[in-house]
Amino acid sequence: MKTPPPSLPVWNAVPGRIEPPLGPGMPSTSGADFLTTKLDVAVQWAQSNSLWPMPFGTACCAIEFMSVVSSHYDLARFGAEVVRFSPRQADLLIVAGTVVDKLAPVLKKVYDQMSEPKWVISMGVCASTGGFYRAYHVVQGIDEIVPVDVYVAGCPPTPENLIRGIMELQKKIQSGELARHRASKTFVPIRVGTDPDLSIPAYSDGVMAHVPGKKELPEIGETAESELGAKARDAAGEGHR
Amino acid sequence: MSATLTRPALSFGPVLEQKLEGRVTVEERPLSDIATLVTDAATLKEAALFLRDDPAAAFDLFLDLASVDRSKLPGHVAGKDGRFQANYILYSTIRNEHLRLRVNLPEKDPAVPSLTGVWPAANWFEREAWDLMGIRFDGHPNLQRLLTHNGFFGHALRKDYDKGQRWLCTEEDLLQTELAAKTDDPADMFETMTLNFGPSHPTTHGTLRVVMRVDGERIVAAESECGYLHRCFEKMSESHTWVQVIPYTDRLNYCSPMINGNGYALAVEKMLGIDVPPRAKAARTVLNEFSRIMDHLVCIGANLVDLGALTNFWYAFQPREEIYGLLEACCGARLTSSYARIGGLAKDVPDNFVEWSRSLLPTIRDRVADIDGLITKNKIAWNRLRGTGVVTKEQALAWGFTGPCLRASGVPYDVRKDKPYEMYGDVDFDVPIATDGDNFARYLVRMEEIRQSMRIIEQIIARFPKGPVNTDDYRVILPPKEMVYNEMEGLIYHFKLVFEGVKVPAGEIYSYTEGANGELGFSLVSDGSGFPYRVKVRPPCFPLFAAYENIIKGGMVSDAVATLGLLNVIAGELDR
Repeated sequence: MKTPPPSLPVWNAVPGRIEPPLGPGMPSTSGADFLTTKLDVAVQWAQSNSLWPMPFGTACCAIEFMSVVSSHYDLARFGAEVVRFSPRQADLLIVAGTVVDKLAPVLKKVYDQMSEPKWVISMGVCASTGGFYRAYHVVQGIDEIVPVDVYVAGCPPTPENLIRGIMELQKKIQSGELARHRASKTFVPIRVGTDPDLSIPAYSDGVMAHVPGKKELPEIGETAESELGAKARDAAGEGHR
Repeated sequence: MSATLTRPALSFGPVLEQKLEGRVTVEERPLSDIATLVTDAATLKEAALFLRDDPAAAFDLFLDLASVDRSKLPGHVAGKDGRFQANYILYSTIRNEHLRLRVNLPEKDPAVPSLTGVWPAANWFEREAWDLMGIRFDGHPNLQRLLTHNGFFGHALRKDYDKGQRWLCTEEDLLQTELAAKTDDPADMFETMTLNFGPSHPTTHGTLRVVMRVDGERIVAAESECGYLHRCFEKMSESHTWVQVIPYTDRLNYCSPMINGNGYALAVEKMLGIDVPPRAKAARTVLNEFSRIMDHLVCIGANLVDLGALTNFWYAFQPREEIYGLLEACCGARLTSSYARIGGLAKDVPDNFVEWSRSLLPTIRDRVADIDGLITKNKIAWNRLRGTGVVTKEQALAWGFTGPCLRASGVPYDVRKDKPYEMYGDVDFDVPIATDGDNFARYLVRMEEIRQSMRIIEQIIARFPKGPVNTDDYRVILPPKEMVYNEMEGLIYHFKLVFEGVKVPAGEIYSYTEGANGELGFSLVSDGSGFPYRVKVRPPCFPLFAAYENIIKGGMVSDAVATLGLLNVIAGELDR
């Protein structure tokens, strides 16, 4: 039976109502007590409407995230209110706030602990690009470390803006675009800076120690520690590794 | 703008001169700054002990250690003057007086004796100075990097350190758990286990880390670590103009950003010797108090979530949302307001500011009453909060506490009352005190401070002044457009301010305000150019979190969560 029987009623889309997971070219079965669809489409529909976020809140954006989940903006309307603080129970990582070099391995570990399928929202300019902290201890965008699906602008983003980011992610999940990206492994970590000698190598996708370590980084003019500093360090004994 | 220099008469001066003859001098400072004593590294410890113990001095509170690299200051001669400076900021709660104790240090091997034995609060401040400035503290129990990671090379706040130079941090560079394995009783090793708490943990509300050694549920040893949000505020400030620093200050304590901007603007105004009009003062005071209410609501609401009382979180966040509406009307942003300006405010408050402020108060009062009704006499809350996280008065002073946590331990120090600034001298309010020093006391003090803040707001909006919000000193504030278009002078002022920024005269200041968590101090150094030479913040949370490992020792793990919430450690301010 290749073509569906023509007598089935046509589904009328109602704005605001969640559409049933019908694939393109699939017949509408509204009114009938059965549903025909593709498994992918049904799963993507379910996934996009029950995101379980894990807030990796570090700074000011985390306060705005609290506003988003509390009563006034009520993230429950988008099926994403089940906040989980264990990465193993979550499928959406919301990185809210500045990530600094010291925290980078932690973020990577949290991301690795999440099971597939997983998505990442970079909330705010600090998480997206480092923001106005172009400084010695700040990661210039978390895409140095983890792949990002949706960037939300703002410092911090307004709650409306974050909600829009979540809706964009829902659309992307439903379109199947992200699943295709994951399968083709298109994520390439970015190298920071243009000069390969001076810049910090980005964290590789897999093993962290794989990238050239700090000992291989050249000591650069004034920025390197002077002899005096090294002596002081030795004198302090265990004070410094 | 040139301030007259005076040599303040110190009440303990004669005794000090007799005791440390010729080794301590009183420096000439402008009146707006605090008194300054200069000594050398060899005498430092002796002088510190005198300042702490002598009844005429009685500096019982160690507030800050501000280090300066003077190598790029105009007039500095390399090799002749000391390159580094360590400035210890002290306060006497008995005599209500600040003091700066200064030591000049050579470029070669800058080292001073550690003051951790005199004021335990110095511990983390010294680690920070070692980490960022490379000043060595002899005799320090644990002189390790604090804000940056162990893979870091060099000292970031030295003037010859490139602000963009990053170093790779791998997992091995993070604090390893064997540090927590140092138990007090080695025979107990088989019974205890290591528990890593943070930096990604729901109850830290940010990025704090504590490694504990636990025996069952009891903590036998703990070590806290910060720096997971060290985003280089102080280094970034040095490459921005004085006004451009204000957005950075918003992100220090992001629960109450208005207070930080005000504190910074006040410090720069003191250096410039200018005063702001009454309307700006009133608006700043009102918004400060609204911010304080917001901060306390986050602290209480979020902490009660950790204890399992979720409802209060919604009660606490609803008034916050409504206050956000007012802040948004003033400055256009909910959280990061950047509203204070040197010499006034970014723009005037909205026309209905007074009515709007007044209309917010009943909501706040109701919601606070709701929380009060649910928690203050709740048996579960009593069991969780009373008698846990106890800090005695002596401990609180030794650890450098300020703000609600110090007042919960029975020391009535509040900058708003003791050294009034803005309009705090003109209003009537009480400073709530508790004596138990436990978590419940800190909760009660915060609840009462919310009510007192509402009292302050009510009094100020009842007689909210009219007039301009900006000073008419056009060296710091842009002149009005008509003046720019029609008068030569106006154009010059406009041009100079846009191209060069505010020129703060060379000098130094320590200015302090009451932040939501305690004394928020700014140690500023200017070299006369349009950029700050050095900005050092005294973050109120820093000593609180430094003492945390001592407070939780011997208690239960679950009490550690309650204690952390009610100390209200804000990572942005802690790590800067």
